[in-house]
Order: sequence, then C-alpha cells, then structure tokens
Amino acid sequence: MNIYVLLKRTFDTEEKINVSQGSIDEEGAEFIINPYDEYAVEEAINQRDQHGGEVTVVTVGEEESEKQLRTALAMGADKAVLINTEDDLEKGDQFTTVKILEAFFEDKEADLILAGNVAIDEASGQVGPRLAERLDIAYVTTITKMDIEGETVHIERDVEGDVEKVDTTLPLLVTCQQGLNEPRYPSLPGIMKAKKKPLEELEIDDLDLEEEDVEPKTKTIEIFLPPEKESGKVLEGDVNDQVKELVTLLKNEAKVI
Amino acid sequence: MSRKVLVIGEARDGVLRNVTFEAIAAAKQVGSGGEVVAVICGEGDLNSLAEEMIFYGADKVKVVQHSKLKTYTSEGYSQAVTEIIEQESPEAIIMGHTAIGKDLTPKLAGRMESGLISDATNIEISGENVVFTRPIYSGKAFEKKIVTDGVLFATIRPNNIPPLEKDSSRTGEISTVDIEIDDLRTVITDVIKKAADGVDLSEAKVIIAGGRGVKSKEGFEPLEELAEVLGGAVGASRGACDADYCDYSLQIGQTGKVVTPDLYIACGISGAIQHLAGMSNSKVIVAINKDPEANIFNVADYGIVGDLFEVIPQLIEEIKQLKVNA
Repeated sequence: MNIYVLLKRTFDTEEKINVSQGSIDEEGAEFIINPYDEYAVEEAINQRDQHGGEVTVVTVGEEESEKQLRTALAMGADKAVLINTEDDLEKGDQFTTVKILEAFFEDKEADLILAGNVAIDEASGQVGPRLAERLDIAYVTTITKMDIEGETVHIERDVEGDVEKVDTTLPLLVTCQQGLNEPRYPSLPGIMKAKKKPLEELEIDDLDLEEEDVEPKTKTIEIFLPPEKESGKVLEGDVNDQVKELVTLLKNEAKVI
Repeated sequence: MSRKVLVIGEARDGVLRNVTFEAIAAAKQVGSGGEVVAVICGEGDLNSLAEEMIFYGADKVKVVQHSKLKTYTSEGYSQAVTEIIEQESPEAIIMGHTAIGKDLTPKLAGRMESGLISDATNIEISGENVVFTRPIYSGKAFEKKIVTDGVLFATIRPNNIPPLEKDSSRTGEISTVDIEIDDLRTVITDVIKKAADGVDLSEAKVIIAGGRGVKSKEGFEPLEELAEVLGGAVGASRGACDADYCDYSLQIGQTGKVVTPDLYIACGISGAIQHLAGMSNSKVIVAINKDPEANIFNVADYGIVGDLFEVIPQLIEEIKQLKVNA
C-alpha cells in the first residue's frame, strides 16, 4: 500500500504564546509534530506493518520542519518530503497548502492519506477534507479506529462523543482523532536509521506552480492575546457556607444559574 | 455593502441546533441588509424546521429532501448544498462549527477553491470588509481575519454570537428542491450513542469538568448529577482521560475540545496550561480543588478550596433548593 501522512510542525503545547510586532513570537519556542499528526504517523506505520507498502510523510512548510520529519522517520516512516515554501511564499492559508499538496499528489498513486484532524496552532481543520475533494477521493474525519480488508475500510469515528461506524473504500483520506492509537517514541536504533532515510526537498516550482497559483484567499490582519484574567475570589468559611455563598454569587453576581 | 448570504442549517434528532439560529444572526450581520437564504437537508417533512428558521431571521428557506440525506454524509450533503449554491449564487456562506460543519465546509470550500474562515467567535463590519475573530493556539491567542478573494465562507463557534429573538409573525418563502444524489462512497453502518442526554460539550451552556482529583470512573457520578441539575454537560481534563476515568471524547484542552460555556465548574483539575487553553475563555469559571496553590485558581472567578466529594453534593442540594424556591 502506498501510504502518505500529512504532517505539520507546531508549537509545543507547553508553550506560552507571545505576540511581538503583530505576529506570534517564535523566539526560543520548542516545536513538535502536531499531536494529532502523531496519531496519523503511528496509524500509517501500523497499517503498513499489517498490509505492506511504504509510508511517506509530507510537510508543506519551512526549512526547520526537517526536524519533525526526521522524528517521523525515526518512529518508522520510510520516506519524507519537505515542500519548502520559505523562500517563495509569504503567509499562505489552507487554500495555499492544499493547492501545493494537490500538485504534489497529481502523479502519486496514493491508496491512503492520513492527517491530523486539526493542527493545534491555527486549528482550521481544513487541509485534509479540502485535499480529498481536490483529489476526488473519499474522506472520513476524526477517526478512532480503522481496519482495512482488501479494498474495504471499516472505520469508527468520533462525532461529538458518539461513535459512528463507517464503511468506505480505498483510495481514502482520513483525519485522526485522539484515542486512535498510542504514538510510539522513536527508539535509539530508529533515530540512527532515520538519519539515512530519504528526505526529499521540493520547492513550488518543482511542482510547476507559480506564486500567483497559490495566493491565499484569506488574510490575517491582527493577532492579539486575550485579556489577562484577574484572579477571582477564593471563598472562605466552612464548606457549607462556601457553597451557599457560591450559589448566591452565581445567581446574583454572575447571573449564570 | 449588502450581500446575499446562505446559511447551512443543521438539525439533530429532528430539532434545529441552536448554532443554526446563531448562524442566521451572523448571516444578517455579514449580509448588511442582503437576503439571508437558509438551507436544510434531510428526509421527510422538514417544513416546520424551515418555518422556525424564518422565525429566527431567514428570509427564504430551501428544503432538500432525499432518502440519502437521512443521516449526514459529506458526499450527500455536499451534493445537496452545492445545488443550492449554484441556484442562489450567494456572496457569503455561514454554518456552525460543529462536527458536521467541520466535515462539510472544507469540502465545499475545496470544491469552490474559496477561502474558509473556521471557528469564528465574533464578526465586525469594517468598511467593505467583514472581519472575523477566531481563536488560535486553542485560545491562547486570537486572530482577526478577512476573506480577500471569492465567496466569503465562515463557520461560527457555538455559544458566541447571540441568535436573534424568535419572531413567530415573520413569513418567508419555503421551497422544496428536488435533486439527484449520486452513489455515496462512504456508508454509515451504525451509530453508538455515548454522549449523555444530547447536551453536546461544544454547545453546552454549563460544563462540569473533572480532573485527576475525581480519582475514578465512579468519582464522575456526582459531577454527572450536578450537570443534570444545571442542564449541562460533563467534561474532563487530559489527566482524567489518560487515567481512564472517562472517554477521550470528553477531553477539554489544547488536544481535545475548546469550550466557551457560560459556566465552567472545574472539579479536581490542577489547571495545566493545555487545559486552560481549552476553557479559560468560558464566561464564568468556578474551581473546586483541595490544593490552594493549584493553577486553576488563577483563572477562576470563584474558588472553593476543599474536597470535591464534600463540596459537590452540597452544591447539588443548594441548587435544587434554589430551583424549588424559584
């Protein structure tokens, strides 16, 4: 099976966010594989181990994403592709990313494409379904279980807490939800091997795209932090008094009950 | 500048979701006086739903009925909505940022090669531009975004844009559209209901969330009871999910759901930065925790330092009393 994983480099979830000169300050921040994309990498490796084939991880992004791609290779992916847009593009949007991926996949015979269901930074959740639409293949989002039997794929997906069972066929794109698997940590031999695995770097003109082909359809005009929350009132007295006071406050001051 | 706006409506168990009314209110704002057309897809008689959308501000409703639209699939619904988009040529499209909204709108935007601003929490009109505010980094920051080219397409987060008041005297044209739906590549074989009583976390006005301090699966029972008394939903921190006290679908935080209820009661949750990202934009936050140093108190409006198993049963009694006296 020809398996691809769409992977994004994101801020570590531990990071505080600072804004300087109208954009997110990346100085000194730790970066990770988007946590939902880790589920995708793990699932891709498992499916390959069951059904054979090859796992290729693909990132559209900047030079530094190489580190996260190497981590995915160390987990067990076979090949990586970095479509480096650093020199060619200003800020893109989901249209931009999908246009690039569409061009990349044009001559690939992908059986299965996996992605995270959302990236924890911009959180649009668009790239997977948009790409499936452009490639005219079926997609299933927020999956928590997947079994492939020949051309048929049995899937369970999380729909606002309910479990929906879906049958579909390859070729297919899925986006991964928490609960699908437990992503492995790269082993030391895995890390050693990853250094020798192929990591191809492309630019958009390698995909026959011009800058104006991928011009974003949306634009961020401002980034700001939410107002600091002031510390509230810690209630005093015995538990019974505190509870009574809380209920009074919620009713009369906050007016939420 | 007035715009014609399409609202993609959504019903669950035969009832329109509140976020659909919020989307109609958003459409009125985006439209600046332009016509608001709503579409509802499903099987059987949907006229009462269509009427209700008119009462909440839609000018016209398109009903698409088909046996293949009984349950949502991206392919079925996208074929139906695409037909309406072709007939109506809206300049803007608005839908709720729900499970269906998240699944359907990127497909439509991909098909139209348009922009899509997802999960908007606020809309402002600034000259010719419609400016959408949306959380990024799970609410650790916000961005203001505009569409620069093509159809203005957005999804709105439930509970943030107030719906218009219901006006049962409003009237508008309701028409049924017949369409052909091609064979679907995805088939839903079963749905296992796990979410309690249909109060969805992302739409709940009240959320009672438990963390490691809840200590066990059974420990969630008082939280469930409190949620029931307040008409809310139960959520959890990653710690509680990892410890297997509850299902991952309840997780609130940077991985998991981002919620903005009117009232968030955090029980036995220490307040890791990832959890705070998912809930700190709630309107009122109550923290109940044994540890007075717990981080959660830094974002709480009201805090009780104490044992949740002692506090919650008393809280349930007090609220029941309040309801009896009301």
